[in-house]
Amino acid sequence: MNAVRQNRLNTFAAHGALVVYVLIALFPVFVIVINSFKDRRSIFREPLALPNSESFSLIGYETVLKQGDFFLYFQNSMIVTVGSLFFILIFGAMAAFALAEYRFKGNTLMGLYLALGIMIPIRIGTVAILEMMVQTGLVNTLWALILVYTAQGLPLAVFILSEFMRQVSDDLKNAGRIDGLSEYRIFFRLVLPLVRPAMATVAVFNMIPIWNDLWFPLILAPAEEVKTLTLGSQVFIGQFVTDWNAVLSALSLAILPVMALYVIFSRQLIRGITSGAVK
Amino acid sequence: MTALTLTDICKSFGSAEVLKDINLTVEDGEFVVFVGPSGCGKSTLLRVIAGLEDATSGTVNIGGDVVNNTPPAKRGIAMVFQSYALYPHLSVRDNMALGLRQEKQPKAVIEERVSKAIQMLDLNAYVDRRPSDLSGGQRQRVAIGRAIVREPKLFLFDEPLSNLDAALRMNTRIEIAELHRTLSASMIYVTHDQTEAMTLADKIVVLRDGQVEQVGSPMDLYNNPCNRFVAGFLGSPAMNFLKKAPVDIPQGGTLGIRPEHLRLQKGGRIKGTVTHVERLGGDTNLLISTEQDEAITVRIFGQNATAVRDVVELDFDSHLAFQFDGDDQRIAV
Ligand SMILES: Nc1ncnc2c1ncn2[C@@H]1O[C@H](COP(=O)(O)OP(=O)(O)OP(=O)(O)O)[C@@H](O)[C@H]1O
Ligand SMILES: [Mg+2]
Repeated sequence: MNAVRQNRLNTFAAHGALVVYVLIALFPVFVIVINSFKDRRSIFREPLALPNSESFSLIGYETVLKQGDFFLYFQNSMIVTVGSLFFILIFGAMAAFALAEYRFKGNTLMGLYLALGIMIPIRIGTVAILEMMVQTGLVNTLWALILVYTAQGLPLAVFILSEFMRQVSDDLKNAGRIDGLSEYRIFFRLVLPLVRPAMATVAVFNMIPIWNDLWFPLILAPAEEVKTLTLGSQVFIGQFVTDWNAVLSALSLAILPVMALYVIFSRQLIRGITSGAVK
Repeated sequence: MTALTLTDICKSFGSAEVLKDINLTVEDGEFVVFVGPSGCGKSTLLRVIAGLEDATSGTVNIGGDVVNNTPPAKRGIAMVFQSYALYPHLSVRDNMALGLRQEKQPKAVIEERVSKAIQMLDLNAYVDRRPSDLSGGQRQRVAIGRAIVREPKLFLFDEPLSNLDAALRMNTRIEIAELHRTLSASMIYVTHDQTEAMTLADKIVVLRDGQVEQVGSPMDLYNNPCNRFVAGFLGSPAMNFLKKAPVDIPQGGTLGIRPEHLRLQKGGRIKGTVTHVERLGGDTNLLISTEQDEAITVRIFGQNATAVRDVVELDFDSHLAFQFDGDDQRIAV
């Protein structure tokens, strides 16, 4: 009886704390979205008010859609983010599998070397990266960004995934070997599905920084036809005048694809087909 | 013909020597059980035979072929794991069929062998279920089925029953024994449950610290253990070892008497006080502290009125007792 009540109280407190956190975290987003539907005057007069018939305006969205090739920026950002995530996950998982599964000379050393990338920010090497990109002719291509983001994401991906792969039952992999599955089939069909939650975690952690990055697009791919959304939105922020309607609308639009990707990955996070595999 | 011959098998992980000079043969159709304490290298030896681990030195010969460089799938073996290790994304039927599909067997053959195994293991009701929807016992039967359909020259079992509850363990044990009779296949079975070892084995291999201590039929090992370790390992309750024995034994040696060979007898050679009584209905186990302050266990058939703190006198037939020297080796008397 007492335990039950105690439990209720705990649950209530936990949920209360979570709700408060959600409100705090969502507040800026909320402010951005409501203001993107208001005219310029109302944005500054009453930033927290909901748009009403008087202040409602789509001027921001109109500017955004007219100015520059917004859909192209969108597409570029999408290609870069999805492409980088794909390569991070596939190469990260393969490297992690090798480190976790095979005993070879220098295994630990290799793991440490890869982990080094977690501690050293890739931006330190920007000049060298730019030189390389110039020499390989990749400047102003989306590949430049995809390669850099893949390199940036791999260390943490390898680190997290190898930890999870060590936990996949040896017996399961060995059963596969005895049944004559190739190492690739074992990796793709047996191991990957079991570490899907970890893959989703890695994807979510990498997605947002890549989507939001301004640094590398500005340096490696500033040309009009390869601009990413974040870089494209910068045209509305001037040194002297900022078109706030446009900025807020652009930001609101930019949230949508990330949210879509997040929903896809979080479904994976939750789904557990692992139960019953072993034991 | 011999199903398996191991010659001078050694295995080290880094500097740790896990298996040391293992020599062993398994005859065709023989049921061989590996027993030994935890960490003695039973699983490692099984994995070396399966080809999942490479031996550091020595040769593995299965059915007349040296298979040191043959991958596991081509060795003509099948393995059943303690953790079942079923493929989580496949149905029961596909779990069993996968190995055959990999071998590129014709569809009809796969269908026939899988159906036969399903019949044999009574899995008809579950063929389309995923492993996650099965109970532990059912999962283990699927795992056994997966091994059967491959029709291997040699079955390898690594503690297949240790995740099952006691009743199910006994049933499955009997099923495995029947399976061995029907298939008359060679099997190697790892366990540390000595009931399984004694009841299933044609031949028991006792391992300790990566070395073979003794090989023989269950009754051989029970009646003629070659050293104190084997004597103490087989038999339940374990054999009693007395340093201060009522008979002549060599300096530093021990006298070993099985609990079932001791009896309560007025004027017996051993005196002691009962410290604990276990009544099992069919048997009664008395834990006794002797006058020399050594602990011994006595197993009495049937029920007995002896109570804790009773003073009792015990005796035994000298020809049923074992003597071990200071190095724990058996001395023939
Ligand atoms: N991959 C490995 N790397 C290093 N040491 C290992 C490895 N696998 C096993 N060992 C060591 O080898 C020894 C034997 O292990 P093994 O699993 O064969 O024991 P076991 O007899 O099967 O024990 P149990 O009855 O507990 O299953 C242990 O000391 C273990 O620590
Ligand atoms: Mg083991």
